[in-house]
Amino acid sequence: MSELGGVAGRAAEAATSAGASDAEVWAEGGRSREVRVHGGEVESLTEASGRGVGIRAWIGSRTGYAYGTDLSDAGLAELADAAVGAAHVADEDESSAAPDPAGDPVEIPGLHDVGVASTETTRVIDLAKRVERAALDRDERVTAVEEVVYVDEDSTAAIASTRGVSGTFSASVAYAFLQAMATEGSEVQTGLGFGVARSPAGLDPDQIGVEAGDEASSMLGATKPESRSCPVVLSDRVAASFAGFVGGAVSADDVQRGRSPFADRLGEEVASAALVIADDGTDPGGLASAPFDGEGTPRGRTPLLGEGRLLAYLHDSYTARRAGGTSTGNAARASYRSAPSVSPSNLMIEPGELTFDQLLERAGDGVYVTEVAGLHSGVNPVTGRYSVGASGRAIRGGELAEPLREFTIAGDLLGTLAAVDAVGSRARWVPFGGSVHSAPLLVGEIAVGGA
Amino acid sequence: MSLVAEEIASRVLERALSHGGDFAELFCEERRGFSLSIDESRIERPQFGSERGAGIRVIDGEVTRFAHVDGLAEDDLIRAAEGLAGALGGNPAKVLALRAAAPPDLQEIDLDPASVAAGRKADILRELDERARSAGPEVAQASASYAEGRRAVAVFNSEGLQASDDRTRVRLGVQVVARKNGSVETGFETLGEHRGFELLDGDPARIADEAAGKAITLLGADPAPAGEMTVVVGKGFGGVLFHEMTGHGLEADAVQKGASVYADRMGDRVAEPLLNAYDDGTMPHEWGTGAIDDEGTPSHKTAVIQEGRLTSYLYDRLRARRDDVESTGNGRRSSFRDLPIPRMTNTYIEPGDADPEAIIAEVDRGFYAVSFGGGQVEPATGDFVFGVSEGYLIEGGRVTAPCRGATLIGNCLQALARIDAVGSDFEMKTGFCGKSGQTAPVGTGQGHVRIRGITVGGTAV
Repeated sequence: MSELGGVAGRAAEAATSAGASDAEVWAEGGRSREVRVHGGEVESLTEASGRGVGIRAWIGSRTGYAYGTDLSDAGLAELADAAVGAAHVADEDESSAAPDPAGDPVEIPGLHDVGVASTETTRVIDLAKRVERAALDRDERVTAVEEVVYVDEDSTAAIASTRGVSGTFSASVAYAFLQAMATEGSEVQTGLGFGVARSPAGLDPDQIGVEAGDEASSMLGATKPESRSCPVVLSDRVAASFAGFVGGAVSADDVQRGRSPFADRLGEEVASAALVIADDGTDPGGLASAPFDGEGTPRGRTPLLGEGRLLAYLHDSYTARRAGGTSTGNAARASYRSAPSVSPSNLMIEPGELTFDQLLERAGDGVYVTEVAGLHSGVNPVTGRYSVGASGRAIRGGELAEPLREFTIAGDLLGTLAAVDAVGSRARWVPFGGSVHSAPLLVGEIAVGGA
Repeated sequence: MSLVAEEIASRVLERALSHGGDFAELFCEERRGFSLSIDESRIERPQFGSERGAGIRVIDGEVTRFAHVDGLAEDDLIRAAEGLAGALGGNPAKVLALRAAAPPDLQEIDLDPASVAAGRKADILRELDERARSAGPEVAQASASYAEGRRAVAVFNSEGLQASDDRTRVRLGVQVVARKNGSVETGFETLGEHRGFELLDGDPARIADEAAGKAITLLGADPAPAGEMTVVVGKGFGGVLFHEMTGHGLEADAVQKGASVYADRMGDRVAEPLLNAYDDGTMPHEWGTGAIDDEGTPSHKTAVIQEGRLTSYLYDRLRARRDDVESTGNGRRSSFRDLPIPRMTNTYIEPGDADPEAIIAEVDRGFYAVSFGGGQVEPATGDFVFGVSEGYLIEGGRVTAPCRGATLIGNCLQALARIDAVGSDFEMKTGFCGKSGQTAPVGTGQGHVRIRGITVGGTAV
């Protein structure tokens, strides 16, 4: 058993000694490295290590949580006391119980790439500098890059419970992103580029830089569109944010509490048949993929939208028990600092038939939205209504035309899902809205608010 | 409480500069928190957290090297310091003897929330729940949360600085969902301060009435209009507008990279002369208040706009050194796991002399944005967006129909220059501000403010 597995096991025992009827422990450890580059120079370099543990304790059907960074026996005992003390405060909840073992962990090929640990820091500094260079070299109007951020992490997680749940896995991730600035006269526009992989070798620095440079320079001269309702093509990045919106709304916790536009709609027609979305916690390319979820339940694949219907909700053990079903392996943990809660893993938008150019052609006259802002304030997850800031390009005669900024797109989630007319044929991983394998969407009509 | 002994801190700093470097700093932190919520009238999700750790940085020329570790064991700190020093190849740089720390100017805490029985916190949540549910038959759902946190920090640096702070914050939040005839609306309200449990003396459950009132009012709301119009922004959390459209652009990291529309504008007129604004980390008991920032600089009151002219950016040590000025006490970090960056504390527009009712009465057709769900800005372009959580039409100088789903969108410099009235009323509100992956508690405030011509993005096209 790994060192963290030992910690988890000891902490579960400590919780029992402290009076818990059941306990589940998540222990985590890892190292990370971050490089920030600006103007061809390293701005900051961070090396970090950390580890911690979270204990979920039950007293009958009351549950409490405590987390901390002191993994000594005394530290674990104190934490166990705190978790049990917390459980005493909670009201009884008949759906709350420690999860039982739910099957063998899923094997995720390539989940942990030794490339993170074996790549020297000088190499990843070079990678970050090359990202910046690629953006600057793309267009002479790209005058600066605010900063290139490169991060990689190696982490190990272990779970143990008094019900016999146990497991451990390691994962790696490497990502880079930047914001490029393009200037013309006194006007400044920005563009974002990013890449995610399991190791630095999986990142293409030129592609990341070029994406940001292209977006920034293409936005120069942007104006505000007229207010109207029109066909809208959502870029894969923006489509990912919408998918994230869907993923939140099909998470059973809010559904069961009547706080989702999808509540009581299982099996009903809620979207256009063109839009097919699944949750898949086992796809090797997905950052949220893992052998098991935050409760030790194997990750799985759950079709969510298909043939226009709502096919399933996402469950953890609590919502599953409440619904009289089984967990879909969607108990998420942001880290040991939070108790598990139901959330999407990787959302997969099924690519359609049309190329990007064909999507534009089909849109005819409308707006191509490349970026949305204000998602955390502009989206109401209870009602499904949204109104967010946006920028992008006009679509005229089936082709991209002048850049547009400072406008809003607004509507309600179900209406927008029903209006999806086509899905683009090229999909890629986008780390916005969670982890989404995303493709551009053509929506027949969305309200655009501008001048 | 002392997090690490002075001798240990000195040894860590010496080790960090043992191969050169201009500056070394040890930031130590202990944080403890407890949170609890009520949902479906059931007390749930009680959670305790405790963390200790340290961040060490070495600045060598323009390069910052940073390491952080969980725990405050001397061996771990020394190892981290040696790791940072190992990357440099020079001779030892000088570490000045640590000066005795001045006693921090702490906020008075009458009742440490950690000493209050959890049952009392649960009772307050039950009261919020009851009050929300009794606000009207339309109330379909209520949920509320309580959170307390105590954050003790100690900062030591190679210039001999030694400083500490001990920050206690308490916050309540409540969300209400109202339903009627197939229409669904939500209302949200918070109460929070840098203060002890005494914050909740009196009638904290009044925020449940307010949240329920918002949700019920919105049930009859029409879709918000779209297009450019005069907007009156409400007091209190309306200040988030200034936070986003000006505050972020004044943070010196963005300014120095030219990634702010306020770069090279110092001394310029950016607003009407009626506008005065501050960032003030010393305001008693406010959400963004502290004795020091997270680099040990005492908190400041910084005038950022005086009579419409830009008067100061917001600095941490690193950016202040580059501009050859003093830090304004805005070097903040989420935790020991993060590098300090320039951040706002409590940012507000000073009350003006306009009567809030007159501000509205002078508008023939416009939009009244009482409160926001939040907002976002891109400092480089100045483009901002805000989600309006409570908004109304203004027709013929009167507040009329409630509107739902509105967003304000615009450009900072334009919108700031179009503020033509600042109300004499004033209120501060709490918020959490995100930047570069870090979260900071910030205060925002203002009286009623009117902006001539801003785009409202609604669904009624």
